[in-house]
Amino acid sequence: MGEMEELRKEADNLKDQITEARKVVQDTTLQEAVAGTTLVGRVQLKTRKTLRGHLAKIYAMHWGTDTNCSKLCVSASQDGKLIVWDTLTTNKVNAIPLKSSWVMTCAYAPSGNMVACGGLDNMCSIYNLKGKDGNVKVMRELAAHTGYLSCCRFLNDSEIITSSGDCTCILWDIETGTEKTIFAGHLGDCMSLAVSPDFKMFISGACDFTAKLWDIREATCRQTFSGHESDINAIGFFPNGNAVITGSDDATCKLYDLRADQELITYQDSGIMCGVTSLAASLSGRLLLAGYDDFNVNIWDMLKAERVGVLAGHDNRVSCIGVSSDGMACCTGSWDSFLKIWN
Amino acid sequence: MAQTNSYRQSSNGVADESPNMLVYRKMEDVIAHMQDETNGIPVRTVKSFLSKIPSVFSGKIHFFIVTVKRLEALHLGTLMAAHGYFFPISDHVLTLKDDGTFYRFQTPYFWPSNCWEPENTDYAVYLCKRTMQNKARLELADYEAESLARLQRAFARKWEFIFMQAEAQAKVDKKRDKIERKILDSQERAFWDVHRPVPGCVNTTEADIKKSSRMKQPHKTRKSVYGLQNDIQSHSPAHTPAPEVKEPTEEEIRDQIQHWQAQLDRHRLKMSKVAESLLSYTGQYVEYDPFFTSPEPSNPWISDDITVWELETSKEPGQQRVKRWGFGINEVLKDPVGREQFLKFLESEFSSENLRFWLAVQEVKKRPIREVPTRVQEIWQEFLAPGAPSAINVDSKSYDKTTQNVKDPGRYAFEDAQEHIYKLMKSDSYSRFLRSTFYQELLQAKKKVNNCTYHCSNNPSRTG
Repeated sequence: MGEMEELRKEADNLKDQITEARKVVQDTTLQEAVAGTTLVGRVQLKTRKTLRGHLAKIYAMHWGTDTNCSKLCVSASQDGKLIVWDTLTTNKVNAIPLKSSWVMTCAYAPSGNMVACGGLDNMCSIYNLKGKDGNVKVMRELAAHTGYLSCCRFLNDSEIITSSGDCTCILWDIETGTEKTIFAGHLGDCMSLAVSPDFKMFISGACDFTAKLWDIREATCRQTFSGHESDINAIGFFPNGNAVITGSDDATCKLYDLRADQELITYQDSGIMCGVTSLAASLSGRLLLAGYDDFNVNIWDMLKAERVGVLAGHDNRVSCIGVSSDGMACCTGSWDSFLKIWN
Repeated sequence: MAQTNSYRQSSNGVADESPNMLVYRKMEDVIAHMQDETNGIPVRTVKSFLSKIPSVFSGKIHFFIVTVKRLEALHLGTLMAAHGYFFPISDHVLTLKDDGTFYRFQTPYFWPSNCWEPENTDYAVYLCKRTMQNKARLELADYEAESLARLQRAFARKWEFIFMQAEAQAKVDKKRDKIERKILDSQERAFWDVHRPVPGCVNTTEADIKKSSRMKQPHKTRKSVYGLQNDIQSHSPAHTPAPEVKEPTEEEIRDQIQHWQAQLDRHRLKMSKVAESLLSYTGQYVEYDPFFTSPEPSNPWISDDITVWELETSKEPGQQRVKRWGFGINEVLKDPVGREQFLKFLESEFSSENLRFWLAVQEVKKRPIREVPTRVQEIWQEFLAPGAPSAINVDSKSYDKTTQNVKDPGRYAFEDAQEHIYKLMKSDSYSRFLRSTFYQELLQAKKKVNNCTYHCSNNPSRTG
C-alpha cells in the first residue's frame, strides 16, 4: 500500500506544479486586458418562429449545416420522436419514431445525410435520411457503452463520437458499427462533447467537474481543465478553436484557453441560481448564449463577462440551444415541448 | 472567486445529493435574509373582514429590488415560489406578483431540500382529509376533485385504510389552535402545490433523467408525509442503482501521472497574448456576425426573403466574403467558392498540386473504410510515387513515414505529409494568392468570377 500512497502523492505533486506553471504566464487577466473595450450594447432577440409538434419534453437539438438555402435542424423529445424541421417554414421534414422514448441527445451529420440519437438505451442509433425509397430507417445501432448516451457528434458520414454515463467517450466507425477508440479518463459521467472546428480534437464535460481535451487521432487526453463546483452539463468551442466554454450546475459558465492552459474568466451573477443546461457562441465569439434551468437564456458579452440580454420565452427549462453555422439564428429547445428560433 | 473544488461526491464518484441541492441552498440563503429579524421583510397579521390573516407579507417586492432589477426580482421570486419557499395565500399557482396580494413563508419541514418524493397514497390521504373538513377555504379545486376521483379508482382496494388515515389526520388537525391551523393548512397546501401542481404549471421537482439515474439511494428519500408505509416501488427506469465506481488501480494512477506530466510540460502562452488574440478575432469577425451586423440585403428570419442565402450558394462571391478569405488560410479552405478560386489561381501558375493533394487527403478521411485503401493508392500514385504526374515536395522524414503507412493504408496514412504541405501552402501559395492581382481584383469586385482573363491552363483535373 505504500507504493500506492507514493503514486498518489506524485500525482498530487504534479497537479500542484501545473497550478504554479499556470500562474507563471498570468501577466494579466482577461478582465484587465479588455478593460478598455466597450461593453456590447443590449442584445434583444425576438422569437421569429415557434416549432410545435413534440408532445413532451425536448431534450436535445442540433442544427444541420446549410445546404440549398434551407435551415434544417433535428430535435429529440421524450415523446419518443426525432423531428427534422425546416426552421424557416416550420414544416416537419421527417418525424422519426424511436424504439426507446428515453432519448437524451441527437445530432445532424455535416453532410445532411444522417441523424443520430441515443439515451437510456445506452446505444447510439444512426438513421439514414436519404434512403432509396424515401423512408427513414435505422442504419446502425452502436452498442458498447455501459451507461446512458448523453451526447453524440458526427465527424463525417463514416465516423461519430459519443459520450456516456459510463464515464467514457467512444469514436465509432459507422460502417462496421464498431468502436475505433475509447477515450477513458473522466471520473464521472460524461455529459456533453463538442468537436473542434478542424475536426482533429474534441472536448468533453463530465460530472467529475472537469473538461478534457482529446486528440482524436492520437487517442490521448491532451489537457484537463477544472474549476467548476458541480457537474459540467454543456461544453463548446470558441469559434477560433483555441478556447473552450463550459456550463455547469453551479450556475456559472467558464472560458478556458487551450494555449494558456487555464481558465480565463467566469460568467456568473448573484441573481442566477439555476444550473446551465446548454450553451452556444455567436459567430464572432463575442456573445455567449446559455440556457438555464430557470427557463431563461442569458446572453453574455464573452469578453467583458457581463450579461447583455435575456431570452425569456419558454415555460419550462431550456434544455438545448444552438446557433446556425452562418450565425444568423439561435434555436432553443425546452421541457415545455417547443423549439423557438430567435434573432 | 474561491478556487476550491467541493467534490460533493463520496470516494467512489457517485453523487451524494441531487444537483438541485445547490439551487436550494442559494434560495435558502435568500430566505434567511428575507426572514432576518432586523433587515428582513415585515411579516404581520392582517385584518380582513371578520377575521385575521396571520403571518403574511406583502407581494410588493421592494426587498428584492434592492438587490436585483425589477424584472429579475419577479423572475427570481417566482422561481422561489415555484420551488415552494413561499406562496400566495389565496392561489394554487405559485408565482410572485408585484401587487398587494399576500404571501406566506413555507415551514422548513416542507422545504424541497429535505428531498421529498411524496407518494400518491399520501396525496390521497391529503385530499380525502380535505373533504372531511367543513371549511370553505378547504374546498377542493376542480383539478383536485378529479385527482381524488382518479386515486379512488387506483387505490380501490386500500381505500378503507386511506380513509382511516385521513380521519386520524383530520382529528389531529382539529386539536390545533385556530390560528396555527390556518397557517399549517396553507403550508401543507403549498407543499402539495409543488409536488402535485395545478395542471399547466411546471413541476419544479422534476429531475433531468441523466441526473436521476445517478442518484445514490433514491429510496432513502421516500419518506411519507403522513407516516404511511410505502410499499410501492417506483417504475421509473431512471431509478436503477448507480454502478459502483472502483478506486483507481495502480495502472490508472500511473496513466494519470503520465497525463499530468505531459500537461505540465506543455508550452503555455502568456495571458496577454491570449487576450489580444481573442480581442482581435472577435473584432475581425463582428462584421460577419448577424447578431451585430445585419446581413445584406436582409435577414431572412425577419424579412422572409432568402436572397442572402441564394447569394451564398451562387458562384459570385461578394466582397465581404472575399475579404474573409484573407483572414487566414482556413477561411479559404473551408469556403467551397474560396477553394475553387484558390485552385484556379494556382493552376494559372502551374502550382496546384499541393492544394489538390491536400483536398484529396481531406476527402479520403471521410470515405467509408472499405473505400480507403484504393483511394490511398490512387493518391500515392498521383502525388508521391516516383514519377508521379503531380509530384509534391515533402520532407524526407514525412516521405519515409508515408511510404510505410501506404503499405497498410488507413484514413490517416498521409497525415504527416498533409501537415507539411499545409504549412508550405500557408507560407507560400496562400500569401502569393493574397498578393496576386487575381485576388485583389476579386476583392475590389472589379472582376467577374466566371470570366477568367488569365491563361487558365487546360488542366482537366479540376477538383473542388
